[in-house]
Amino acid sequence: MTKKSRLYNPLAPWLFLAAPLTIYMIWVIGPMLYTFYLSLTKWDGLTAPVFQGLRNYTRLMKDPVFFLSLKNNFIWIGFFITVPVVFGLALAMALNKDIRGAKAFKALFYSPMVLSLVVCGLIWSWLYNPSQGLINTVLRSAGLGELARGWLSDPKYALGSIITVAIWRQVGYVMILYLAGLQSVDPFLVEASLIDGANKWQSFRHVILPQLRPISIVVMVISIIDSLRAFDLVSVMTRGGPYNMTSVLANFMYIESFNNYKMGYGAAISVILFMISLVFIVLYLNVVMKDES
Amino acid sequence: MRSGTATKRLTRTLIYFLLIMGVAIWMIPFAAAVLTSFRSNDEIMTYGFLSFPKKLQFTSFIAAWNRGNLKQYLPNSFIITIPSLVMTLYLSSLSAFALSKYRFKGRNILLGVFVGGMMLPFQILLLPVFKLSEALGIYDSYWGLIGIHTAFQLGFCTFVLRNYMVTIPDSVSEAARIDGCNDFTIYSKIIMPLVIPAMAAIATLEFTWIFNDYIWALILLRSEKLMPVTAGLAKLQGQYVMDWTVITAGALLAAVPTILIFLFLQKYFIQGLTMGSNK
Repeated sequence: MTKKSRLYNPLAPWLFLAAPLTIYMIWVIGPMLYTFYLSLTKWDGLTAPVFQGLRNYTRLMKDPVFFLSLKNNFIWIGFFITVPVVFGLALAMALNKDIRGAKAFKALFYSPMVLSLVVCGLIWSWLYNPSQGLINTVLRSAGLGELARGWLSDPKYALGSIITVAIWRQVGYVMILYLAGLQSVDPFLVEASLIDGANKWQSFRHVILPQLRPISIVVMVISIIDSLRAFDLVSVMTRGGPYNMTSVLANFMYIESFNNYKMGYGAAISVILFMISLVFIVLYLNVVMKDES
Repeated sequence: MRSGTATKRLTRTLIYFLLIMGVAIWMIPFAAAVLTSFRSNDEIMTYGFLSFPKKLQFTSFIAAWNRGNLKQYLPNSFIITIPSLVMTLYLSSLSAFALSKYRFKGRNILLGVFVGGMMLPFQILLLPVFKLSEALGIYDSYWGLIGIHTAFQLGFCTFVLRNYMVTIPDSVSEAARIDGCNDFTIYSKIIMPLVIPAMAAIATLEFTWIFNDYIWALILLRSEKLMPVTAGLAKLQGQYVMDWTVITAGALLAAVPTILIFLFLQKYFIQGLTMGSNK
């Protein structure tokens, strides 16, 4: 390897990197670091930021909406790392075989993924519409009228109703990731376990699932990151209401910064969001860059 | 092996049954949206959603297109998406080439920065990028959005392209070097042609991602006439609060470009997704 490196000018890679890296630094890395500074200031977005130490953070610790948003993010994560993963994996297992129509099934299940979250949010808002929406109409005509409710206005159901939309869009994605992961499962091992007397479930549990471990970690991390990024659906469907019951950190940060012009405070919220994400980003880096060195 | 053919057939039928049920449930939102857009609001209000459609009409689509201004929002989406896509693909092919075909100090750190960056929560960038765009004079213009999309997507594109380029044996570029090719010729004439399949996959995926962006349009644009279709739809929602037929018609129209991708470029879309997660 050392011999090889003499074949080219040591400046060459940096010439290729110059333009992309400059743009990346200006728009991504620089702003990220600058947000840390902003989180220590009082800033209305118009006048210059005024340094005020950790005041935004101490205020956050007393803000009930912050804790509500944080809790909602964790509820979102809780659903996201279970429901779509179970369904996605089950679908991948069912459709990995040569069954008739497998291709069409796959396509239909993952089709919601190509829609923007705004489109998904609007379509589902209509399904959830309290008076004319499909869900309540069906419930009423099935004689289950007492189950009908304002899905997005009832504080008890609003968050779950939004997460449902996110799950609807996510299942197909998880399925695709697992279908790709299943390509690397050794079919001979599976066959051998069946010949040795394992039943289908045992062979899935003890032979297939362990081989899917790397992809499972990727699925988990992607699901968690997506949960922490959640913004569009909340913004389109409830704007965080009713009574902040559907507020998530991303949405809370947006409202504080761009509606209330408390940008220093907003920056502090995003730093906390970043810190939580960082744990999982590092985990992800560990998986995907394991064999680089 | 142990299960007889009868039970085997039974399980197979059961799986089919569950799959068909699942697909039916999964398609309900689409079906409901289509069924709503082609009917009049009055009909739904009077007879209820489950009544048999009496008259199908296009007026909601026309209203969303003209009065709802999708005729402006949809082209805006393309004007923002296509330059962002071209620039991010070009720039990431450069960085991917550097990170895959050379060994130098800091290479893995840089790769980690690109890979980690693609998973950042956007919120950590919103305020500075908002101010940066103002300072550069590109706030409330297409360029503000093109700038952030180009830059932010570099992380993912670099990662995927780099992983793809690593699989091209070094002997290929070495042979070219011995033949007298310089570094840039190796990049443009030798490596790039081999990377086209990966490029197609990433381009398809990135197109839908950039096209579907909402938050950056919300932050970096004020003028309605510049808005992409996602932000435009959110406006439409406020404008037609009571008329869901226009909103669903607008949502369907807004989804047409990505639905076309789904129908015709599915293979690339899926490749792109799995390339990002598997190595």
